[in-house]
Amino acid sequence: MFDNFVVPDLLPAAPELFLAAMAAVILLADVFIKDARRTVVFALTQLTLIGCAVIQYQTMTGDITFTFSNMFVDDLMSDLLKLVLYMTVIVVLFYSRGYILDREPMAKGEFYVLALFATLGMMVMISANHFLTVYLGLELLSLSLYAMVAMNRDSVVSTEAAMKYFVLGALASGLLLYGMSMIYGATGTLEITGVGELLMTGKANKTVLVFGLVFVVAGLAFKLGVVPFHMWIPDVYHGAPTAVTLFIGSAPKLAAFAVTMRLLVTGLITLSQDWQVMLIMLSVLSMAIGNLAAIAQTNIKRMLAYSAISHMGFMLLGVTTGVVGGDARMALNAYSSAMFYVVSYVMMTAGSFGMIMLLARAGFEADNIDDFKGLNRRSPWFAGMMLIMMFSMAGIPFFIGFFAKFAVLQAVVAAGYMWLAIVAVLFSLIGAFYYLRVVKVMYFDQPADPTPLVAPMDMRVLISANGLAVALFGMFPDSLMIACGFAIMRSIAA
Amino acid sequence: MSSYPLLSLAIWIPIVAGLLVLATGSDRNAPLARWLSLVGAVVGCLITIPLWTGFDVNNGGMQFVELAPWIARFNVNYHLGVDGISMLFVILNSFITVIVVMAGWEVVRDKVAQYNAAFLIMSGLMNGIFTALDGVLFYTFFEASLIPLYLIIGVWGGPNRVYAAFKFFLYTLAGSLLFLVALIYLFVHSGGSFSILEWQQLPIPLSAQIWIFLAFLVAFAVKVPMWPVHTWLPDAHVEAPTGGSIVLAAIALKLGAYGFLRFSLPIAPDASHELANFIVALSLIAVVYIGFVALVQSDMKKLVAYSSIAHMGFVTLGFFMMSAMGIEGALVQMVSHGFVSGAMFFCIGVMYDRVHSRQIADYGGVVNTMPKFAALFMLFAMANSGLPATSGFVGEFMVILGAVKFNFWVAFAVATSMITGAAYNLWMYKRVVFGAVANDHVAELTDVNKREFLILALLAAGTLWMGLYPQPFTEVMHASVTDLLRHVAISKIQ
Repeated sequence: MFDNFVVPDLLPAAPELFLAAMAAVILLADVFIKDARRTVVFALTQLTLIGCAVIQYQTMTGDITFTFSNMFVDDLMSDLLKLVLYMTVIVVLFYSRGYILDREPMAKGEFYVLALFATLGMMVMISANHFLTVYLGLELLSLSLYAMVAMNRDSVVSTEAAMKYFVLGALASGLLLYGMSMIYGATGTLEITGVGELLMTGKANKTVLVFGLVFVVAGLAFKLGVVPFHMWIPDVYHGAPTAVTLFIGSAPKLAAFAVTMRLLVTGLITLSQDWQVMLIMLSVLSMAIGNLAAIAQTNIKRMLAYSAISHMGFMLLGVTTGVVGGDARMALNAYSSAMFYVVSYVMMTAGSFGMIMLLARAGFEADNIDDFKGLNRRSPWFAGMMLIMMFSMAGIPFFIGFFAKFAVLQAVVAAGYMWLAIVAVLFSLIGAFYYLRVVKVMYFDQPADPTPLVAPMDMRVLISANGLAVALFGMFPDSLMIACGFAIMRSIAA
Repeated sequence: MSSYPLLSLAIWIPIVAGLLVLATGSDRNAPLARWLSLVGAVVGCLITIPLWTGFDVNNGGMQFVELAPWIARFNVNYHLGVDGISMLFVILNSFITVIVVMAGWEVVRDKVAQYNAAFLIMSGLMNGIFTALDGVLFYTFFEASLIPLYLIIGVWGGPNRVYAAFKFFLYTLAGSLLFLVALIYLFVHSGGSFSILEWQQLPIPLSAQIWIFLAFLVAFAVKVPMWPVHTWLPDAHVEAPTGGSIVLAAIALKLGAYGFLRFSLPIAPDASHELANFIVALSLIAVVYIGFVALVQSDMKKLVAYSSIAHMGFVTLGFFMMSAMGIEGALVQMVSHGFVSGAMFFCIGVMYDRVHSRQIADYGGVVNTMPKFAALFMLFAMANSGLPATSGFVGEFMVILGAVKFNFWVAFAVATSMITGAAYNLWMYKRVVFGAVANDHVAELTDVNKREFLILALLAAGTLWMGLYPQPFTEVMHASVTDLLRHVAISKIQ
């Protein structure tokens, strides 16, 4: 094999290479630039991400390109997800800047470097076409996140959250690896497309495969944060500094979605009968437990954590409805709906956590629902933005969250799972209650703390843009829907 | 026919005006906000008049149609149009918006801009509901209109407003989510169309029709509201500010009834025939039983709220007798109820602004201090109990006539409501207005000012016009109702 060694085609992975190089440069630069506010490091980080987006856009071909001996794939789905990823990380870092400057142990260049490495991990996950690449990306992401959660090192809750995240994350990685090794045992290949092709021939041992599948699904469920592998979500969301919660709660969902698509759809589509049943159970349980538990929360970060669980459950409905009775005609419809859901969810969740940070200031965390009391009197504009986020999450039109739910429900009904659609809407109804409660607190209650907001201008502008985007994409969702449909059509369903 | 997109203007002028009013900001600019809202409401009302003057009464189909693609991914169109059934409600809604803006003129002093903006935006959304000919467009307007009303009840409402606002929102959402599933089912069943007009031609097996009908029923019955899902209405009415009660009674209740004519009857005609007796029974309970419930109320707003439920019982009864007389009577009743119940709530609001009580027991002898008011209040109380020469009589009489043909005992039961109606209205009127001056508060009352008189005069003009010369109203409906009945008579089972 090595006698005909060729240099791999680096172009499909150009953004990853650029990001890796720049992360190293920024790490070094941070050592030499003595600036308490880390302005240069921050600017370099943002420029790197913008550079990645430019490279990504310029190298986009619309074809499926494999490189690094088929370990890495560049297709439209990965292009689109990565572009959303860069945008999300850029927005997240803007939101986080003021917050971490107010908190001394976190105000280090490492925060940005870790964020870049985590982004790199997610990019590798999104483009993985090999079990080892999946694992590599996943670990790069997870290890960066563990460190970020623990960054506020004097905080007991943060440290506890980091420990918990680390132990459970390691367990989940173990499960995923174990499942992968089973599948390797049954098929003799680690390449995801290879697994898919081999399974089509029907030569693999089904028992071993299904055994491996169970572990793979469990590992994915952990990364997506769906019931019953959701235990870490509330504690980590709650314990982590809000800037890190925002990071964990938004971008990694894109990567987890991509890996789910790669492993289950590209690799194991022939086993769809088996994994769809598992996903339906995970999804119904997530919507039930996520929505019911969110009602009882008084801490808004915990509330959004449970809401994340229920949203991921809802999103999984789209993944479960691709193949109906061996007929894959609905695949494009179903998977693109799920992708649209994930992208919309990331947009809404970034804005919601952004609002929590907008209200926070030095020495004060606005992480209780009551901290939003009377926001309409303190700042009608930002109360309006939070109102948009909350109604969007609840799935009320004309906000993007409605069309996300609509698209997935449409896929579920088209697949003939009428009961599943009814269960899903009933749990959305329960979910509406706690989103409404946030609106109630902002609008119906008197402010407990009349101090005006102190957030910097760039953050105000970005939150406003974020809220308006949720509303505008809610009024004109077509372009994004078609982009998702096109990406899935040219990648997975091709 | 006008070349302007009249329906789009009727929807978007109030919404844009509402956003402009929001931009006036804090209460320092309250006068500007008020005048701007009035201008927006009046322009929004005037723009709808050509709908009536340009309406072709011999055409039972859709007029003033606008069609543009909206979400190509799901074949959703921005498809608007009015027929004889919906046209009057667009005008009524725009007219009531002017009334509501005037009704809150001096009374609302807190967050004036937001208050008026909520009503203007809601007015535009409701026009959207009445004119939408696309399932998704209808649903988005239907759901989105919950947001402003939720805020109106919750922010400017009475002491128990939070409970009422949540109950209102969650009840209505519960109904409409199942409606959404039915819409998506129809989309899938029709092979990818959201056009309501196409759905009306679509053959559907009886079992599916029954499910669709029940899903529609849940949504519309909550909105109407029909017994036994009516309990949110008295709470919402009692807690809402005067303007909120007026819009709720005059327009919001009509949305559910309108839905029956636009969706249930034409899309599921066989199920409608199958379940007609069930609906008739529910309607009778509303008319007879709720009439007695109204009789024992000690709170004036609650009394009118229950009388609204009884009157809406007439409407649903009229629809499901499947005769032209019944349906036209029900439609007249809906328009009439818009004037009369709006006026009743405004009268109660006038007294509440002065005495700050809605309890009947706190009043007595109002005629001594407010003679002009007492005369107008008398007119509306009479109209509410169906006195000939007022609009209340025409609709009820037509429905009773229709009922006689349908079944004598149904007609008999319905006709008893003329007695209970007179009883609760006049007894309330007697206790509040006549007799000796009951207490110091009543002794200090001042009669209606010019603004209040103008509002009452406008509503009285509508009430008397409809009562004395209803022909322009029935003439508009006739062709559309005949078409509808012809359509409903044809089975869709194949």
